Amino acid sequence: MTSIPSAEQRDEVEMLALMLLIRRFEERASQQYQAQKIGGFCHLYIGQEAVVCGAVAATRHDDYIITAYRDHAHALARGTSANASMAELYGKATGCSRGLGGSMHFFDRQNHMYGGHAIVGAHVPLAAGMAFASKYRGEDRVTLCFFGDGAINQGAFHEALNLAALYKLPVVFICENNLFAMGTSVKRSTSLKQIVDRAEGYDIPGEIVDGMNFREVRDKLAEVVVSIRKDSHPAFVEARTYRYRGHSMSDPASYRTKAELEKYRLDDPITRLRAQLTREGKLTHEEFDQLDKRAKKIVAESVKFAEESSEPPLEKLYDYTYVDRAMEPGRPRPAEREEKQPAERPEKWAEGGPPPATSGTNP
Amino acid sequence: MREITYRQALNEALAEELERDPNVFLMGEEVAEYQGAYKVSQGLLERFGPRRIIDTPISENGFAGMGVGAAMVGLRPIIEFMTFSFSLVAFDQIVNNAPNMLRMSGGQFNIPITFRGPNGPAHQLGATHSHATECLYANAPGLKVCTPATPRDAKGLLKTAVRDNNPVLVLEAELLYSSKGMVESPDEELLIPLGKAEVKREGSDVSILCYAQTVPLALSAAEKLEDDDISSEVVDLRSIKPLDEDAIYQSIAKTHRVVIVEQDRPFCGVGAEVCYRIQKNIFDELDAPVLRVSQEDVPMPYNERLEKAVLPSTEKLIAAVNKVCYAG
Repeated sequence: MTSIPSAEQRDEVEMLALMLLIRRFEERASQQYQAQKIGGFCHLYIGQEAVVCGAVAATRHDDYIITAYRDHAHALARGTSANASMAELYGKATGCSRGLGGSMHFFDRQNHMYGGHAIVGAHVPLAAGMAFASKYRGEDRVTLCFFGDGAINQGAFHEALNLAALYKLPVVFICENNLFAMGTSVKRSTSLKQIVDRAEGYDIPGEIVDGMNFREVRDKLAEVVVSIRKDSHPAFVEARTYRYRGHSMSDPASYRTKAELEKYRLDDPITRLRAQLTREGKLTHEEFDQLDKRAKKIVAESVKFAEESSEPPLEKLYDYTYVDRAMEPGRPRPAEREEKQPAERPEKWAEGGPPPATSGTNP
Repeated sequence: MREITYRQALNEALAEELERDPNVFLMGEEVAEYQGAYKVSQGLLERFGPRRIIDTPISENGFAGMGVGAAMVGLRPIIEFMTFSFSLVAFDQIVNNAPNMLRMSGGQFNIPITFRGPNGPAHQLGATHSHATECLYANAPGLKVCTPATPRDAKGLLKTAVRDNNPVLVLEAELLYSSKGMVESPDEELLIPLGKAEVKREGSDVSILCYAQTVPLALSAAEKLEDDDISSEVVDLRSIKPLDEDAIYQSIAKTHRVVIVEQDRPFCGVGAEVCYRIQKNIFDELDAPVLRVSQEDVPMPYNERLEKAVLPSTEKLIAAVNKVCYAG
C-alpha cells in the first residue's frame, strides 16, 4: 500500500498528543462520572483513539464529521476544547452543546462536528444528506460518518448506503468495529463473515483497516478521500478496534474475557504510535512524558472549568426549541408561566458556549 | 383572484419557492419522472431538472434523514411523503432528529425542512393507509404542524413552511386535492402565517372548530343548521402547532358554545388538547360543556359503511351542535 500524504496531514507527534488527550480526558470523565459529577449515560472511547485520529489526520478541517453516541473523542479530535467537552458532560452552559445535549450529543459547528447521535444508525441517513448537500453545491468536501458494529443491522443504515450509492454521494462510512454492540458480539448479531461485506451489497468499495494502528487508518483514509474528491462516490471502511471499557459506565463487560482485553491492550494504539516514532528517532521518552503531562494538565483544567461554570439558566428553559422565538408554539402563555418556579435572579447564558444559529441559516 | 384546485395551488407554491431559492429542492417517491403520486409535482422535473427534483427509492426513513442532514448544512429540503401514513416508517427522523437538533446542539443547528404530503383518512384505504398523524407530530416540541383546507391556504401555508427556519409539516388533505377555490394570481406573493386560524363563516350561536378535511364538513353542517336558526361560526385552525388560541377564544367569547370536529382519533387527539386549553383559559365564557366529534377509536375498517361510521360526519356534527345549544 502506498501512503498518500494529505495536503493538510498533521504532524504525527501532534496526533499522538491528541490521542493522549483523548485517553486522559476519557479516564478523567470516568472518574468524574463515578464521583457523580456527570449524569445520564457515558460511553468511553478508550482503546479506539487511532480510528478517529487517523481519519482526522487524513482529511480537511472543513470536511463534515458525524458520529454516534461514543462521541467525545470525535469532538476533541476536531478541535473542540477539553473545557467545552468536560463542561458539556457536567451539563454546564459553557459546554459544547450548552449543557443541553450531554455526553451523547456533542455538537461543534465551528469545527464541522455534526454530532453526537444517540439512536443507533439514525444518523447514517443524515450523513448521506450532508454529502448530498456538498455535491448539490459542487463542493469537494467529504463527509465522514462514524458508527459502531451495532448500527449495521439497522434499517436506516441500509437505506442510507443504498441512497448514497444511488446518488454517488461523497461520504465515507466508517464502521468502528469494536466487536460488541453493547453486550452482543458481532458473531451473535450479524450474519456476515466480515462486516465490510455489507458494502458489497450496495456496490460500495470497502476496505478493512487495523483500527489500532494510527498510520494504517490515516493512509487508507487518505487514499479513499483522494479518490472521492476526484470523482464523487461513497466508500466503506471497517476499522477493527477494541474498547477497553464496558459499553457505558454502568457496564462491567462480563461478556468478554480478561485474556481478550489483555490481548488488545498489548496492541494499544498510543503505545504503538509512540514505539514507531521512538524507533524512528522522532520522539524521545522525555518528550513523550511531556506530552502526557500536558494532556493531564489540560484535562485537570477542564474539570476545574466545568466545576466553576454556571448551569444553563432556568428562565431559558424554552430557548432553542424554535429558531424564531416570536413563533414558539411550546412557549407557555404568560398566565401559565407564572405557575412555574421563578428563577431567583435573572440569569444569562454563560459566556464561552457555542455560537447559536440565530440567523436561522446553517453554514 | 382566480379559481384553481388545491393540487394546482400546491404545485404553484412549490414552483415559486424552487424558483426563488436555489437551496430549495424536492425529494420523495415518484415526485420527478412520475410527476407525483397525486400529481402535485407535475411539470417540476421538466422545469427544474433532476438535480432539484429527486426521485427516491421506497426508503422513507433514509430520505427523510437525508433531508435533515442536508438541512443541517444549509439546504432547505422539501420532503414529500406519498402519504403521511408512510411517514410512520420515518417517525424517528421526523420526531427524534428534525426537532431535537436545534435544542440538543445548544442552538447551533436549526433544521429548515418541510415535510409534506397527503394526510388523514381518504376513502376505503383500510387501517394502514388512513392515519391522521397531526396529533402524533404536534406532540413533539420543535415541530410545527399545519393543515390547509382550501387551495388558498394550501398555497400560502406551504410557501411559508418552506421559508420557516424550523421543521414544518404541511399535512395536506388527501380528499381535497381536486377541490377548487379562489386564490390570488401568481404575480401576487401569497404567504399565510403559521399559527393563524381563519373564520371561514361567521356566526353567533356556536363555534365549530375544525381543520383540514373537517372544514368543508363544518361548512356544510353550518348551512344546514342555519335552517334550524342556529348560527354557527366556523373557525378553521389551519395550524395545529402553533395553535391560534386567541382566535379560538375570541370566537367562544362571542358564541359561548363549542364543538370541535377533528379528523383524527379521540384519545390524546388534537381536540383533547384544544378542549383542555379552552376550559383552563376561558371556563367562565362557556354556557355548555365542550363537545368533540372525532373518529371512533378503532383501526379503520375497509368496509364502506363501517368506515363512514368511524369518521366524523355532517350528521354527527349537527347532533353535537344541537346538544351544546340545548336544541332539538
